[in-house]
Amino acid sequence: MDIWATLYVFVLASFIGLGVIRRVSRLLHTPLMSITNAMSAIAVVGSIIVTGGDYPLRIRILGAIALFASMTNIVSGFLITDRMLKMFKTGDKRGDGGRS
Amino acid sequence: MMYGISQLAYLVASALFIFALHWMNTPSTARKGVYAGVAGTAIAVVVTWADPAVIHHWWIVLAIVAGFVVGIPLAMVPLTAVPQRTALSHAFGGLAAGLVGTAEYYLWLLEGPEHLTTFRMVAIIAEIILGYLTFTGSLMAAGKLQEVKWVPQRPVTYPLQNLSNLSLFGVALALAVALTLHPTARWAPALFGAIIVLALLFGVLLIIPIGGADMPTVIAILNSYAGLSAVAMGFVLDNKLLITAGALDGSSGLILAIIMCKAMNRSFTNVLFGAFGQVRQAADEGGERKVYKSETVEGAAQVLEQASFVVIIPGYGMAVAQAQHKVRELYDQLKKRGITVKFAIHPVAGRMPGHMNVLLAEADIPYTDLVEMDEINPDMPQVDVALVVGANDVVNPAARTDKNSPIYGMPIIDADKARSVFAIKRSKNPGFAGIDNELYFADRTWMLFGDAKAVIGELVKQLAGGSGMH
Repeated sequence: MDIWATLYVFVLASFIGLGVIRRVSRLLHTPLMSITNAMSAIAVVGSIIVTGGDYPLRIRILGAIALFASMTNIVSGFLITDRMLKMFKTGDKRGDGGRS
Repeated sequence: MMYGISQLAYLVASALFIFALHWMNTPSTARKGVYAGVAGTAIAVVVTWADPAVIHHWWIVLAIVAGFVVGIPLAMVPLTAVPQRTALSHAFGGLAAGLVGTAEYYLWLLEGPEHLTTFRMVAIIAEIILGYLTFTGSLMAAGKLQEVKWVPQRPVTYPLQNLSNLSLFGVALALAVALTLHPTARWAPALFGAIIVLALLFGVLLIIPIGGADMPTVIAILNSYAGLSAVAMGFVLDNKLLITAGALDGSSGLILAIIMCKAMNRSFTNVLFGAFGQVRQAADEGGERKVYKSETVEGAAQVLEQASFVVIIPGYGMAVAQAQHKVRELYDQLKKRGITVKFAIHPVAGRMPGHMNVLLAEADIPYTDLVEMDEINPDMPQVDVALVVGANDVVNPAARTDKNSPIYGMPIIDADKARSVFAIKRSKNPGFAGIDNELYFADRTWMLFGDAKAVIGELVKQLAGGSGMH
């Protein structure tokens, strides 16, 4: 493998991350944390290979537990982020039947 | 061919993730970000699963189903429990990284020791140390936030704490170096196990000296660790999507941690190794007891009715009392009278970054009325009533004036500059931090003692009953 290429990806992705996340609204810092958490659970691709591959049983058990943990983060992370974001409304669209 | 397709899919997924974060910059586009994130994840999972090397499909199905079974309820927790849910998900992320790292090491040890290059060993060891310490550290943090009985809430400190923690870390590093140099030695698997145990232990030791008020920073730091452990996994597996997603997660945690530290005027090392609790207890000694002026709900309601600009300052106490819906009723009552109502949000109010915003949004308060500290402070002298709901340190003027105060230098919301202040407080004891708040004894401050939800409920009743009678 090309070590230098992977290091390039890491450094450039970090700079993109710093640039993009600096501009995220402070209102959304809690949903930001849950969405980045769900996205980093993409580590699930690693555990799919370990779980599904032709490997000794104990290795696949480790993989299956990791797969379960990542999948939990993906499901709960994206769902709760969406649930929270749905709640952010501006004044004019608010409520049911204009209580304000 | 297969390789090309999967690499292309990973590239698309990386781009979707970056778009997802880009769309988070305003609430109006943020939900699109979630869809992009889901799409990116789905593409990557499908392509990886389709890899011909994957043959045990039932195992994968089982683990995925289990993930849904646990994940769906975890997404339905009340929003006051979001900090502990977040900590728990960092724990899961760390665990996954740790386990995959462990599996890969033993696999290569069994089937192809030539794969255990120095670079890979460094990456694997970084992955397991970060992964396992994030696992136990985040579990501890979640336990503290959930107030689990056997997890100590107050910071636990003991003599030579930092020294012993650092030497423990030093031992782990020394073992790591030895393992990197001799990854296939007879004693190497045992050493690998020892590093895992040390990382698990280190995670616990890192979190026990940290108190509730520092949780926002600590959660952000753990978020960063969880991201970095995914990066390390990417290096181990030579997977650029993992590196990208992990780097995005890591930098997000880093930025949030920096914001939290700035908002408390403290450094990373001070949060992690400062043992805040001790300093604060010492600062509480001495001094004569000052007297509070308390006010009745009726009186407070009258003053609120006369106001034209009210600022509500929420804190963790609002979350504990689940008072956000009552706060919204109060907001409605005041708005009905044509009073301007804004919420002043301190960056570290609550137990995680952005905690207050989510709770108030849940109560259907428009986000346009949630104002950051830096924006509201210049307006504070024009504010008729500042209503403090379960906030304490973030409005304590000692941060500006008292050099001996442990919170000296921390930026605060200038509640004391408002024309009058009402502070809702559960009891007459000093707050979580154990320090007196001068704001409560100021000339223009009146206290409303009681549970935040109950007090605000009474205020709403007064305002609703009184309307139209004058």
